[in-house]
Amino acid sequence: MIFKGNVFLFGDDIDTDAIIPARYLNTSDPDELKMHAMEDADPEFPSKVQKGDVIVAGKNFGCGSSREHAPIAIKASGVSCVIASSFARIFFRNSFNMGLPIFESDEASKEIREGDEIEVDASSGEIRDITTGKSYVARPIPPFMQDLIADGGLIEHIRKTGKI
Amino acid sequence: MTIAEKILQAHTDTPEFKQGDIIRVNVDVALANDITAPIAIHEFNKSALDRIADRSKVVFVLDHFTPNKDIASANQCKMVRDFAHEHDIVNLFDGGEVGVEHALLPEKGLVLPGDFIIGADSHTCTYGAMGAFATGVGSTDLAAAIITGQAWIKVPSTMKFTFVGELQPWVGGKDLILYLIGDIGVDGGLYHVLEIDGPAVSSLDLSNRLTMSNMAIEAGAKAGIIRADDKTDAYVRLRAKRPYTLYESDPDAQYVSFKEYDCANIEPQVAFPHLPENTRGISEVGEVRIDQVVIGSCTNGRIEDLRIAAEIMKGNRVARGMRCIVLPATPEIFIAAENEGLIKVFLESGAIVGPPTCGPCLGGHMGILARGEKALATTNRNFVGRMGDTQSEVYLCGPAIAAASALTGRISSPQEVM
Repeated sequence: MIFKGNVFLFGDDIDTDAIIPARYLNTSDPDELKMHAMEDADPEFPSKVQKGDVIVAGKNFGCGSSREHAPIAIKASGVSCVIASSFARIFFRNSFNMGLPIFESDEASKEIREGDEIEVDASSGEIRDITTGKSYVARPIPPFMQDLIADGGLIEHIRKTGKI
Repeated sequence: MTIAEKILQAHTDTPEFKQGDIIRVNVDVALANDITAPIAIHEFNKSALDRIADRSKVVFVLDHFTPNKDIASANQCKMVRDFAHEHDIVNLFDGGEVGVEHALLPEKGLVLPGDFIIGADSHTCTYGAMGAFATGVGSTDLAAAIITGQAWIKVPSTMKFTFVGELQPWVGGKDLILYLIGDIGVDGGLYHVLEIDGPAVSSLDLSNRLTMSNMAIEAGAKAGIIRADDKTDAYVRLRAKRPYTLYESDPDAQYVSFKEYDCANIEPQVAFPHLPENTRGISEVGEVRIDQVVIGSCTNGRIEDLRIAAEIMKGNRVARGMRCIVLPATPEIFIAAENEGLIKVFLESGAIVGPPTCGPCLGGHMGILARGEKALATTNRNFVGRMGDTQSEVYLCGPAIAAASALTGRISSPQEVM
């Protein structure tokens, strides 16, 4: 699968309160959550983001709360995938469990600029910056996580295999 | 082996594993609250498996937006309540039984030393202070654990932190953990287990240790484990309704790093906006005027915290224009505070005393900040907009600094008012 879109750039330690503020957690409806995705980091994000766009961030993306509303809001907003130098651990597992593709690349995180058009090959982990012509390779995804993605998330994986 | 590795070994069918392996682990407790349970229930229903591995291991605590702050949160609570009734989940804490989950579960004897616990709440790591492996997960993980009784986990490596030396006046578990986070940063423990020990930690009561493990996640860690000792055993023995195991790390256990902190150098700490790593000793804080003080939460809402606050506030008045909100974390703590005369102290000083709820900590309700306002809180996070408007600020501290500051209207040492 190939993801293609324009980049929204964010810094280090983007926390889950910035991704989806707790004041909106009285619902888990993706269509409502997407109206407030990334709102406290960039108030205009929900109105600017286009289907397929990519979030590129620094270290420790998704730190803080365990709220799955965070990857749900990002996915529902139309973002195709997130690239970061590193991810906070609960956000990392939530993304695989519920099917938001994420990629770790320190180099891509440092070099890709806001607004660049990029392409990500989900199977090879290759990230191509079409604007600058540079390529990067994301850290390999462990086989178990690849199975989760192939099955369509953790619950589907359990339905198929009868176990985790 | 470390404590973490011994607990994982006791809970997995995988005969041999090493750091970085992904293994299946049997879950002793699967916890969710009124914000995270609805998504788990949705996933459970979507699976159409209609299978609960062990209903006695499922715990729901309706503590975040309760007493319900609006219609939408009331609907979320109703969804959890209905699911619990339909599936005979006995461990549903609702209405007057609600306490802030991570203060409530140890009190009820639901989490025990040696357990492997997951919770759809990042501060589930609190129970590490009881010698358990406890970690926060998402709602889908929780649904999977309800269905299968298991969770997947990447076997972590362990970082060791040792606190030595004598605790300085007014220093407690909150100050030690803020100091640690200030040192290693908000991702300094990413994916790792923090094993915290040393004579200074052994000298702390369980309440202060729970405060320390509670904030392991603020360093990005998977768990913050403190060895269960006689104090832990004495606390647990009266409450446990099933057997439990006290583990110790072996002398030749493998750690990825060691750090030692001398408590002689650690004064009461304050974390400045907007990350818990922005810590300063109280002597370096300077003049910071505040509009609101919150004393409560899963970090510092236990009776020991309220005693410290009341000791400082007794006979004094909260500063004019200051809102000081005290939220005992559980009904049992509230009753103890009432019996010890602490509630009267708070009310007579001009503080507001509210019910057990997570409310203001995450900007839910019961103490939201306006644009430009500053709060000092005994809670665990100070991200942008955490307690209200994105232009407001949250400072973090322990109960002593919070109580003293409620009296002066600016961040203050207890020594100023005692």
